Amino acid sequence: MPRPGFVLDVDRSTPPILFWRGEGFSLEKLPADRSRVIYPPEPLAALDDVDGAIRRALLQPHDSDPLPALLFPGMKLTIAFDDASLSLPKMRTPDTRQRVIEAVLDLAAAAGVDDVHLIAALGLHRRMHDYELRHVLGNRIYDAFEPRGALYQHDAEDYDNLAELGTTPEGEVVEINKRAADSDLLVYVNVNQAAMDGGWKSVTTGLASYRCLSFHHNPETLQNTRSLMDRHHSELHKSVWRMGKVVRDNGPKIFQIETTLNTDTFPSPFDFLSKREWEWTARDRATYLATAKSLDRAPSRLARKIFHGIEAPYRTTSVQAGDTESVHKITLDNVYAQQLVEVQGQTDILTMGIPFICPYNPESIMNPILVMCMGLGYLFNMYRGMPLVREGGVVIMTHPTYRDFHPVHHPSYIDFYEQVLADSNDPVVMSKKWEKQYAEDEWYRHLYRTGNAYHGVHPFYAWYWGAHGLQHAGRVIIVGGEPRAVRRLGFTPASTMDDAFEIASDVVGRSATVTHLHVPAILVADVQ
Amino acid sequence: MKHVMRRAQRAAGGAERLVRLVAAPLRNHGFPYRAPTVPKGVVVPQEASKLGAEYDTEWARSALARTARSVITEGPIRLLARTLTNPEIVGTDRLDDLTRLDDPPPVIFAPNHHSHLDTGLMIRSVPSAWRHDLVVAAAADYFFDKHWKAAFSALALNAIPIDREATGRKSSDMIRDLIADGYSLVIYPEGGRSPDGWGQSFKGGAAYLSSRTGAPVVPVFIDGTGAIFGKGMTKPKPGRTKVIFGHPLMAEDGESTRRFNARIEAAVTALGDEALTDYWTARQRAHAGTSPSLTGPEYNGWRRQWALSERRKLGAAGLRRRQRRRWPDLG
Repeated sequence: MPRPGFVLDVDRSTPPILFWRGEGFSLEKLPADRSRVIYPPEPLAALDDVDGAIRRALLQPHDSDPLPALLFPGMKLTIAFDDASLSLPKMRTPDTRQRVIEAVLDLAAAAGVDDVHLIAALGLHRRMHDYELRHVLGNRIYDAFEPRGALYQHDAEDYDNLAELGTTPEGEVVEINKRAADSDLLVYVNVNQAAMDGGWKSVTTGLASYRCLSFHHNPETLQNTRSLMDRHHSELHKSVWRMGKVVRDNGPKIFQIETTLNTDTFPSPFDFLSKREWEWTARDRATYLATAKSLDRAPSRLARKIFHGIEAPYRTTSVQAGDTESVHKITLDNVYAQQLVEVQGQTDILTMGIPFICPYNPESIMNPILVMCMGLGYLFNMYRGMPLVREGGVVIMTHPTYRDFHPVHHPSYIDFYEQVLADSNDPVVMSKKWEKQYAEDEWYRHLYRTGNAYHGVHPFYAWYWGAHGLQHAGRVIIVGGEPRAVRRLGFTPASTMDDAFEIASDVVGRSATVTHLHVPAILVADVQ
Repeated sequence: MKHVMRRAQRAAGGAERLVRLVAAPLRNHGFPYRAPTVPKGVVVPQEASKLGAEYDTEWARSALARTARSVITEGPIRLLARTLTNPEIVGTDRLDDLTRLDDPPPVIFAPNHHSHLDTGLMIRSVPSAWRHDLVVAAAADYFFDKHWKAAFSALALNAIPIDREATGRKSSDMIRDLIADGYSLVIYPEGGRSPDGWGQSFKGGAAYLSSRTGAPVVPVFIDGTGAIFGKGMTKPKPGRTKVIFGHPLMAEDGESTRRFNARIEAAVTALGDEALTDYWTARQRAHAGTSPSLTGPEYNGWRRQWALSERRKLGAAGLRRRQRRRWPDLG
């Protein structure tokens, strides 16, 4: 029986706590009697027969006809699937998406459907490399569909292949992939690792145009998204759901398939990273020492290679299919069942170790903008109810914050760092002054459409993701970061955790309460 | 060179003289130093044969034999499989639900059969969860007809003798016990190597054993070994092969052995189609019932061989080893 999440009150007997620092980690002592650590629940039991569960989900969907009844010869079938930003780290093969899509294809073959297209729902993310597509879909599907030109990636800038479906009462234009829009059936295959994913967000971001995305990916919406993990209090999700209604009324028939994963994040020998520190065995301690010391000495390129090579032993905990909203409701229940931890009250200082990965750097570099996005965008938003840190409190992150950028994946991030952040770090200001220029830059557009680059506007979106956190926190401190880079982000650098607490005392006083978010694995704090 | 040959001849002559010298005293001694002569008019009763299906392979599963076999499996067999067959192994992800279990249950692998190399290739290809607890059903009349062959098959391949005409009760009891002890089985449902390069229809052994033991059947298609060392070939021609594993199959409630066997054969046929075309085409044809048969066209004679060569061109045997890159001739 897996143990639920747990909030530990730190006292003098508490051992030092693990903090991620990018491609490394450290053990930090937290102040006794005023600190607490939130540990995620242990991984839930996985489905024993995943293929059987997928088949059942397809044959007994929620508020929809069974999939075989929706398939007929001569139809246009499009299967869209989540891109490489899920799961993190990438899951061991076979990926759940492969299993689901194979089951769908099997039924399509039985129904005599010939016209099948597979589309990676990228939104404005970078195009996936071939090896990533093979990882997600498996060689069988890749080798069967890619040479036929029936497996490709969504292009949010290809206006010849985008279709406008209508406008919401708030004036938001809904524009999605034309092939998907013209299909007799659109099957969306999702992997739901966080409560913000899935539902109408799958189609209205993954298959949308830049114009469509800009209606909800903006500072105003994201400042009022409280939080990303709580759909009913998220302006972003409200906008997405309004768009979803337009898709339902004017768009193709959608058969949504959502799957949830447990939080079994690290394989051996890294499994100690998910354990509670006082339960580390002698072997775990030896592995920690050996790994931490060698990573300190290893070139960052090598360390990155090691970490991005990790394949998480995630297991599927549920599969549900059918009507988008009905399915998503069940998915959210399953996600919360795995991730929710009840926490009493807010804190003055929130600490978090920033790991080597976020949704925007699979197989890539965690540049300074992504450090901000991961800390204030994702980890800060891991709450339901109210933020873990009180308004005006301090957020302390640990990360080396090196000024390294992946020139192929993140070209516009480099200019964003040098040009936009040098001017302002206020999301509203940068949105008005700079966003259009980056979004319409022909070179970035070319790299996004033909290479493996994130869209030119993407660094802005990554920055807006942290807009609520920026607005809420009184000060943000990065421990162990390169000072120039940290200052460019508008944050305060600190050498050690003690220094960070000292700096924080200017804002929150000397006896401030501290809460540490012990992630990954992912958790959502249900703050009462 | 001549000098070396002369020295070798001299050494051989020396060895012969030594043997003759040692054996010389025995020449002057009769029984009990030599075998007794048989009196005329007496019939010596024949000992019951311990070869063929009666060969006892129990010793080959002792700790010592297992250790020796794991050395042979990971050493010479792996090397041989790699050198001769250069295999591409795909579809093991279909067994993921079983391999991820702490204690994967025994399974019955049912591949098609074109060559003696198939067994070594299977041992090399089977996921490690089963590789070291794998027994191979081998034809009793071929692999267990002489003591040395039987001992070699049992030790190196962990082979057990099976009567290929009918799975007798003794064989099936032995397999049931082995599966209960955690051993997985490789059995060729075709009953023997292909005589002409095309497949043969499946006999019901795998289906029967699965129904009897409850172990799932994993259909496997091996492509390319027939062209490397098929039946009748005296010398192997190294080439490329592909091994495709399918989803595990279980007999459904009330399903007869005959129907289950047909399902296994259809699954291997679909994998064969997947090896030559692609996954989607194979699935479409499998559902439409138009997967190309493994047993080949109905007609006989040269046209059958002709069709086989066409098929081989599409498969692993049609792929050559990588050629040295040449710059295009731009004239």
